[in-house]
Amino acid sequence: MDEEMTSDTKDGVFAAVPDENGRFGEYGGKFVSETLMSALAELETVYRELAEDPAFQHEIDQDLAHYVGRPSPLYEASRWSDEVGGARIFLKREDLNHTGAHKINNCIGQALLARHMGKKRIIAETGAGQHGVATATIAARLGLECQVFMGEEDVRRQALNVYRMKLLGAQVIPVTSGSRTLKDAMNEAMRDWVTNVDDTFYIIGTVAGPHPYPMLVRDFQCVIGREARAQSLAQAGRLPDALVACVGGGSNAIGLFHPFLKDSDVAMYGVEAGGHGVATSQHAAPLTAGTPGVLHGNRTYLMQDDDGQIMHTHSVSAGLDYPGVGPEHSWLKDIGRVEYVVADDDEALRAFHTLTRVEGIMPALETSHALAYAEKLAASMSSEQMIIVNLSGRGDKDIHTVAQIDGIEF
Amino acid sequence: MSKIAGRFRQLAEQGRKALIPYVVAGDPTLDATVPLMHRLVAAGADIIELGVPFSDPMAEGPVIQVAHERALAHGTSLRDALALVTEFRRDDSTTPLLLMGYTNPVERMGFAAFADAAAEAGVDALLTVDLPPEEVGLVNLELQRVGMDNIFLVAPTTPQQRIGRITGEASGFVYYVSLKGVTGAGNLDLDAVSAGVAAIRESTELPVAVGFGIKDAASARAVAAIADGVVVGSALVDCVAQAIACGGDQGSAIDAAGDLLQEIRQGIDSIAS
Repeated sequence: MDEEMTSDTKDGVFAAVPDENGRFGEYGGKFVSETLMSALAELETVYRELAEDPAFQHEIDQDLAHYVGRPSPLYEASRWSDEVGGARIFLKREDLNHTGAHKINNCIGQALLARHMGKKRIIAETGAGQHGVATATIAARLGLECQVFMGEEDVRRQALNVYRMKLLGAQVIPVTSGSRTLKDAMNEAMRDWVTNVDDTFYIIGTVAGPHPYPMLVRDFQCVIGREARAQSLAQAGRLPDALVACVGGGSNAIGLFHPFLKDSDVAMYGVEAGGHGVATSQHAAPLTAGTPGVLHGNRTYLMQDDDGQIMHTHSVSAGLDYPGVGPEHSWLKDIGRVEYVVADDDEALRAFHTLTRVEGIMPALETSHALAYAEKLAASMSSEQMIIVNLSGRGDKDIHTVAQIDGIEF
Repeated sequence: MSKIAGRFRQLAEQGRKALIPYVVAGDPTLDATVPLMHRLVAAGADIIELGVPFSDPMAEGPVIQVAHERALAHGTSLRDALALVTEFRRDDSTTPLLLMGYTNPVERMGFAAFADAAAEAGVDALLTVDLPPEEVGLVNLELQRVGMDNIFLVAPTTPQQRIGRITGEASGFVYYVSLKGVTGAGNLDLDAVSAGVAAIRESTELPVAVGFGIKDAASARAVAAIADGVVVGSALVDCVAQAIACGGDQGSAIDAAGDLLQEIRQGIDSIAS
C-alpha cells in the first residue's frame, strides 16, 4: 500500500494483533495437544463476548478500584533521579497493589472469567510465587478451589510465598520433573488442565501460553499503561520519552508498553535477566541471546540448544527464571518497536539496594533489573527528559535471597 | 500406498487388529533401543512408535516423562533417533515406523531437513503432539513431498465438526486419545472410547488406533474390539524401567518388555475376527 502511515494506521497495526489464529507476526499460535483445543476455543469465545460486555468490565473495574487499590500512583523518584543524573525518573507503583505486584490485575480478570464459565476449580503455575499468591488470593475472594503448581526448587527458594498460599487456602503442588522451576510448573499445570478440563480454569500468569492467553493477559494488564499515560499527561503535562520494564514472560512490560505503542516518540526498553552474563549460558534472556522455537503452546524466542531442547536458565530472581517470553514481545523485537536489553544479577542487586536506601522503596528483584537499566538510560539523557519505570512488585519476598547473598543469616 | 496404509489393509484382510508399541529413543540407553524394537516386532508389533525425547513433554504422564529424562541425560537428540531408525532398518525393512514427539526439535532441525533425513532413515510417519491442524501447514507439505504420513490425535473433547478438519489433514491412521489426561493415566471408559471411535468413522475411511491408558492384555483386548489398532506405551516403558530397577541387565529388561507385548498380542488376537 502506498498510503502514508498515519498515527491511526499505526494504531491499527498494534491493535490488529493477534490475528484470528492468535499470531503476532510469525509468533504465538496454539501449539497444544488436541485435548485442549476446544477448551481454548471456548475460552476465546467467552472472553471476546465478555470483553464487549459493560457489566463484566464494570465488575473488573470495581475490584481493581476497591480490592486492588487502583489506580496505582505514578511517583517521581526525585532523590534517585538526582543521584543518577540525567532524565527525571517516574515509578509506576504496581508494588502498592494488593498482594504487592502487578500480577493481581490479570488474576482478577481471569478469575471472573472462570466464574462466568461456571468453573469451580482454578489452577496456576508460579515461579517466584507472586502469581501463585495473587491467584490464591482471588480464589479466596471468590470461593474457588485453588491448586498452584510450583517447581520444587522454587518451593525451596520461596518458602514465605508457599506458606502465604497455604494460609489463603490454596494447595501448593511441588513439581519434581525437569529442572524443577517455572517452566516445569507450567508443564505440570497443562497436564492437570488436560486431565480436568471440564471443571477447571487454568489462570496463566504471564503473556505466554497458547492463544488466547497472550491476548487476554495483555488486555488485563493494560490498565497499567492506560493509567500511566493519563497520569503522565496530568502530572508532567507530557508523555514520557522512554518506558522501562523487566521481562520474564513479559506481562508487566506489555501492560505498560501496549497503550503507548502508537506513540512513536516514546522509546521502550524491555530488560531481560542477564544472570551471570549473556556470554555464559547462565542467564534467562531469550530475546537477547535466544532463537525462535515452540514451547508451552506458542512460537516465540527461546533459550534452546542445537537439538531444540529447552535449556536451563539462571536468574537471581525466580520470577524471571524462564526460558521463553510472551510472543508479542518476540514480534515487537523483530519489528523494532521495543528494544530488549539485559541487566545481570549484580546490577539488579545494586539497584535493589540503591532504590531501597535512596527512596525508601524496596523493589522486587525482578523489578530491580528494570531499575538497573533505567539508571544507565537516565544518565545518558538530559534533565528535560523523563522515563517511566514499571515498579512491578515489592521486594519483601526477596529479603531472604538478598540477605543470603550479603552473607547474613537470621 | 504408504507402508502404514498397507499394513492396516493387510491386517484388515486377515481380520486382525494392529498392535502399536511405543518406546522412547535412547531409553534406557542408546544401545538398548534397536534390540528392543526388534524384540517388540518378534513379540507381535505391527507398527513401531518411537518417541523422540524432549525436555518439556507436556502431554506425558510420569512414566514417560522420566523416560524422556533418562534419554536426555545421555544426550539423545532427534538426529540420534533417526540414526537408530537407520540401524533398525538394516535388519527390518518392512515394519512401519512412526516417530512421535514435540514440535520444537523438528522445527529446530528445519521441516525440510527433517523430512529428508527421516525419509532417508526409513521413517514412515510423524506424530507431533503439539501441532494441531491449525499449525501444521508447512510440516505437512514437507511430509507429503517425501511421502511420509502425518498422524493426528483426536481427543474425547474434539467436537464432531472439528474431526473432519483433522482427518482432512491426516493420513496413515487416526490416533484416538482414549481419555482426558496424560499418557499412562488410568481412567479408561470403554463406552466413551466406542462413541469416540464411531464419531471418527463418520468422517473418514482411515483406520483408527486408540492409545493412552491401555496397560495389559485385558484392556488391549477390550479396545481392539472397538478400534483398528491399539497403542501401548507407558506399560512397556515402565516394564523396562522396573526390570532395570530390580537389578536386571538390559537384555533381561528387553525380554520382559517382549513378554509383556506378547501377552497383549494374545489378548488382542483372542477377539473373534
